[in-house]
Amino acid sequence: MATLDDPDSAERWADVSLLTTRSGPLANEGNYGTLFNPPVIFEPMPEIVQFIRNMARVLVVGAGGLGCELLKDLALMGFGQIDVIDMDTIDVSNLNRQFLFRNADVGRPKATVAAEFVMKRVKGVTVTPHYCPIQEKDAEWYRGFQVIVMGLDSIEARRWLNAMMCSLVRYETSEAGERVPDLTSVIPLVDGGTEGFQGHVRTIYPCVSACFECTLDLFPPQQAVPLCTIAETPRSAAHCILYAHLIEYPKEFPEGKPDKDDPAYQNWVYTHALERAKRFNIPGVTLMHTQGVIKNIIPAIASTNAIVAAACASEAFKIVTNCAAFLDNNLMYMGGQGLYAPTFKYERNAQCVVCGDGVVMTAAPQTSLTLLMEKMAEDPRLRLKAPSLSVVGGKKGDTLYMRGILETEYVAYLDLPISELFDSGATLHVTDPGVPGSIRLIVEFACEDIVLE
Amino acid sequence: MIKLFSLKQEKGKAAAAAASGEGKIAPGLIRMQKDVSELKKEKGVEIDFYNGKADLMNFKVKISPDDGFHAGGHFTFDVKVPNTYPHDAPKVLCETLVFHPNIDMEGHVCLNILREDWKPVLTISSVIMGLQFLMLEPNADDPLNKEAANMLAGNRRQFAETVKRSFRGGPMMINGKQYDFPRQG
Repeated sequence: MATLDDPDSAERWADVSLLTTRSGPLANEGNYGTLFNPPVIFEPMPEIVQFIRNMARVLVVGAGGLGCELLKDLALMGFGQIDVIDMDTIDVSNLNRQFLFRNADVGRPKATVAAEFVMKRVKGVTVTPHYCPIQEKDAEWYRGFQVIVMGLDSIEARRWLNAMMCSLVRYETSEAGERVPDLTSVIPLVDGGTEGFQGHVRTIYPCVSACFECTLDLFPPQQAVPLCTIAETPRSAAHCILYAHLIEYPKEFPEGKPDKDDPAYQNWVYTHALERAKRFNIPGVTLMHTQGVIKNIIPAIASTNAIVAAACASEAFKIVTNCAAFLDNNLMYMGGQGLYAPTFKYERNAQCVVCGDGVVMTAAPQTSLTLLMEKMAEDPRLRLKAPSLSVVGGKKGDTLYMRGILETEYVAYLDLPISELFDSGATLHVTDPGVPGSIRLIVEFACEDIVLE
Repeated sequence: MIKLFSLKQEKGKAAAAAASGEGKIAPGLIRMQKDVSELKKEKGVEIDFYNGKADLMNFKVKISPDDGFHAGGHFTFDVKVPNTYPHDAPKVLCETLVFHPNIDMEGHVCLNILREDWKPVLTISSVIMGLQFLMLEPNADDPLNKEAANMLAGNRRQFAETVKRSFRGGPMMINGKQYDFPRQG
């Protein structure tokens, strides 16, 4: 433990130095496949240690089951500048696996407590906590990190962060004249997730490799029980609990919005579900089951979290130091029946709303919206007959034109010059009945030829 | 990678000074742009974006069936589209009190595509079609209002008459249960 107490001892950095100051059979020598062209080759040097200690900023998103493991792993690996963001407070039920928290911490912000604990335990590390939803931070804030590691529990939050990180990517023109992502603006994401004995680790290079939105179809929609089953023909304890939660409570307290974390509410649902279960002769309604159903709790196993977090931290380390090839780009960990951990590569979706390459079009700033849409119809890459358009941060609102029932609300925009609607280089999101999904259209203003009299 | 990172810092600063990128989009919203722009005007369906044209995520659908038990009535459904759309289904509540086996007194609607059979390929148009179908063909097999379902299954004529009577509005007793329907027509 002496090595942890003295952050400047050579011993503390012996292992990291071995990995970063010499090449070896595992060092990355351009084996990144097609991700980077030309490949980025590992150059061993002592500065790498200084870099991860002092300069490389890592963001850990979520300070729960995975987050606690991640913070510990990253700090011990030598990352010296860590930020952690989490909007939750500590619940007593977290303590069995979220090992940075103690009984006395119940009710305090997870991010704050986790940061305090890690800084106390691992000397020389700065962990900056942020107790807020991820949506409260802006693009500039996210731009400040070298890598982002996600330990989240919802698709919604992953989707938001993924879209944010893709929006930070700038494009440049390659030597071959192609529009390519500027790699200096690409901030890699490492995503971990667990459920019971299963988990996954995934790396995302926004706009370079498959992003979260590219593969959104792979997630099955949340399982929902038919409302009529809950109301009339319950067959399981969960049906009885859902009845009390979704039907009885709103009926009894039409104005109240229940706090799912409130023990009084959980008890209310439990007693009412129990009554219903008795009536239908259904066993198995317990307070714990009630909490599980109403809070949609998925079983968490500490060792699965440890395995997945360790893999995530290793990937973050490899990505930042480049000392070995990183995961390209998905690992499944299946420990439910024996152990099986395949890796495979998600492919990009060229039509992805979030990271698709998009189509670039040039138009004079005084072009009217009508004329722009005519160009979309004529352009052989688009051939859109009835496009609807929107742009984030539009000067007169985000929606530029809508077909169908709302069309009359937007006809006034048709004659406006596009420079009054958006800036040059803006990305328009175009939908059209003839195209599945949507198209990203980048409109660059070009000066119209001046005809000399 | 360190080279890339130091390059990153320089470029990052320059870029931050310039325009800060294209802005982040909400994918669910783009999907709604597509769904709403492709909605067809239909007889017996009125759609109201009550927060104005800029809010596509909250609207009301008024369905006026011209056939079936509920012909002649007007039924307003409140639709709230979650940010996770189309991964998750829109939330639909019936705001008009109606005697219908698949709609309860709180306005909960039992329609398979809104819950267990929701698929991200479904659209707002499919949801509206589902609601139209529900008003056209009440289904006694999946009851939310048991009295209505039992009556429909046991005596269709009595059900038809009860619905018709409910359209006159005012307090009404059905099988010992008090209802207060709005006047329809």
